[in-house]
Amino acid sequence: MAISAEGWGWRHASRTRWAVRDLTFEIADGERVLLLGASGSGKSTLLHAMAGVIAGDEGEQAGRLLVDGKHPTRCIGRMGLVQQDPESSVVLERVGDDVAFGCENLRVPREEIWPRVRHALAEVGLGVELNRPTSALSGGQKQRLALAGAIAMRADILLLDEPTANLDPVGIAEVTGAVERLVADRSRTLVVVEHRVDTWIDLVDRVIVLGSDGGLLADGPARETIERHRHTLVDAGIWVPGEPLPDLQLPATEATPAILTGENLTIGRTREHIVQHDLNPQLREGGSTVLTGPNGAGKSTLALTLAGLLAPLDGTISAAEHLRPPARQGWRWRHVRAEDPSTWPGRDLTTRIGTVFQEPEHQFVATTVREELEAGPRALGWDAARTASRIEPLMETLRLTGLARANPFTLSGGEKRRLSVATVLATGPQVIFLDEPTFGQDRSTWIELVQLIATLVTQGATVLSVTHDQAYQRALGQHHWHLTPSGLEVG
Amino acid sequence: MINRINPVTRLLLAILLSIPVIITLDWVSATVVFLSCLALAPVVGFPLRTIGTRLIPLLLVAPLGAISMALYGKPGGEVHFHWFLITISDQSVRMALAAFLRVFALGLPTILLFTTVDPTDMADGLAQVAKLPARFVLGTLAGVRMVGLFLDDWRSLEHARRARGLGDTGRLRRWFTMAFALMVFAVRRGSRLATAMEARGFGGNERTWARPSTVGWPDAIAVGVSIAIGAAALIAAWQAGTLWVIGS
Repeated sequence: MAISAEGWGWRHASRTRWAVRDLTFEIADGERVLLLGASGSGKSTLLHAMAGVIAGDEGEQAGRLLVDGKHPTRCIGRMGLVQQDPESSVVLERVGDDVAFGCENLRVPREEIWPRVRHALAEVGLGVELNRPTSALSGGQKQRLALAGAIAMRADILLLDEPTANLDPVGIAEVTGAVERLVADRSRTLVVVEHRVDTWIDLVDRVIVLGSDGGLLADGPARETIERHRHTLVDAGIWVPGEPLPDLQLPATEATPAILTGENLTIGRTREHIVQHDLNPQLREGGSTVLTGPNGAGKSTLALTLAGLLAPLDGTISAAEHLRPPARQGWRWRHVRAEDPSTWPGRDLTTRIGTVFQEPEHQFVATTVREELEAGPRALGWDAARTASRIEPLMETLRLTGLARANPFTLSGGEKRRLSVATVLATGPQVIFLDEPTFGQDRSTWIELVQLIATLVTQGATVLSVTHDQAYQRALGQHHWHLTPSGLEVG
Repeated sequence: MINRINPVTRLLLAILLSIPVIITLDWVSATVVFLSCLALAPVVGFPLRTIGTRLIPLLLVAPLGAISMALYGKPGGEVHFHWFLITISDQSVRMALAAFLRVFALGLPTILLFTTVDPTDMADGLAQVAKLPARFVLGTLAGVRMVGLFLDDWRSLEHARRARGLGDTGRLRRWFTMAFALMVFAVRRGSRLATAMEARGFGGNERTWARPSTVGWPDAIAVGVSIAIGAAALIAAWQAGTLWVIGS
């Protein structure tokens, strides 16, 4: 028996609530398991415990969790763990060294390490030189690098914690393909946590669903179990295949004039980091535009440039007449030009063009949700009454009222996303840019967000979203921009 | 040739070459060290071009050090000029010259020895040759790799503040909120990295090393040459009668 749990539970030392409890199950050698549960049901905790990276002094344990009859911390090296964020699983600077890292720790003799490294890289299909810098790898490659590190240790239990949540479709295919090959001959056991069921459903035999208040909600053959518990899973925010998404009512878009126009744009962070030349984007007023394309093609850079946050390195951006701020004193010597958003003072920008960042926390500046929402209006010099009349309804619609006094950094993933959108809406911009708004969100948050954006569009806002998410494209892709290394295609 | 010298030896070489320059305050000792290093650099395999470009920052720093020494250094001997806090004397001019040369004598060997060192090789050396604890060395190495991510975070934080209209005023306060957010990211990433390292067996005391880091005769020769340069510098200064050890 590879893994067995008997009434197992875990409480983190700093919490009063048990992260997981009353778990009893057995996973056989070579079995492939999809681990599901609502957010906060303790999936990651369970996976970390199986990987042997939760030590006794970090909390309290109940029952037993064993790998091959032993405590997991005693069989380090048998389990390979891949985490959600590709950046934080890379340890060393060169590909070969990184794969060798685990072997070194397990005291594998040097002459045996390098053959293992080459073999492991081949197994995960990562055909790069051993001295390639790990920083030059894509997200999908980094996750396969983490897999190779585990394979080189001869790990035969693969524990994957949402390994594809931060990847583009190409990266997702790379990782699932590599895992599929690794488990093909049933010599390895697989446990994967993921709320997008369709990514793994064809590969797994069995589904284990954790209940929100401890215990197992369901455990059985993959497809059957998902069918039987379809409604419970959907309510828990899990992406169950074939479950219809709400139908959105978007206003019909006619050929509206452009609200932001770029001409012969060269974009990039600096002259040394140019990502695109000669772009001529025209963002149509009203309606929703999605911007897709492979990683590294410059989608976010283009969005930041149009949003007035990065100055174009060459070419011009001009805002439609009615979007431009009225001229003010002192503009000339501060090089403000009414047509170019990248030169606008922040207070003129925030009331006209808003940006929701991929990482909500990048936007947070205050210690409570309420202050967070007040920060923008206050910087504009609005009085208390005007600020309140603006943010109260916002908090109501985005269900933040109950959290008004909570610290933004302590919110759940879905709450952080709602707050980051609310902070942008607080100053009432007419054009809104969103960078990967649905990355890693569960189904319930996803639906809320998409419905909110549809409402904004209905009210006349212009929205551009950078996204890899195909469901999002179907829901909100009234206009479609596709950015590849060879340029911008408008569909 | 320089590539055959272990990074840890290089650390030792930098110390050995600095000692005679730091304990003295005269122009001869610094000149001997600087010229010896300049002459040896091409011999051990540094291209002339590299040596030239590495000297540029020193050319900018050295005059600054020299001028402040000349103007504000401890006066002694004949005074040539005096105004307010400024006193240019024989001694301060001598110290200015010594400071000027010291920037080169300290700077050139240090810069050349370390520009070509790969951080991973340095860590291997520190753990295998200098026998520093592997936990500490590799933990630091993995942490340093994340600095690039923090630069990206910092840029996003700046953009987000401008987008929210908070970029126009309150620079100090804004800086604090950004530093706080960055710290949260650092702690979170750090703990994820620690989990990844632990899952791969890191933390035990003994481990093997995929990349050997050894010292051999090139290291011994380099140490010998450095000691010789240091000794030559001190002897030359003594012979020339300019030897001026700090504190005397």
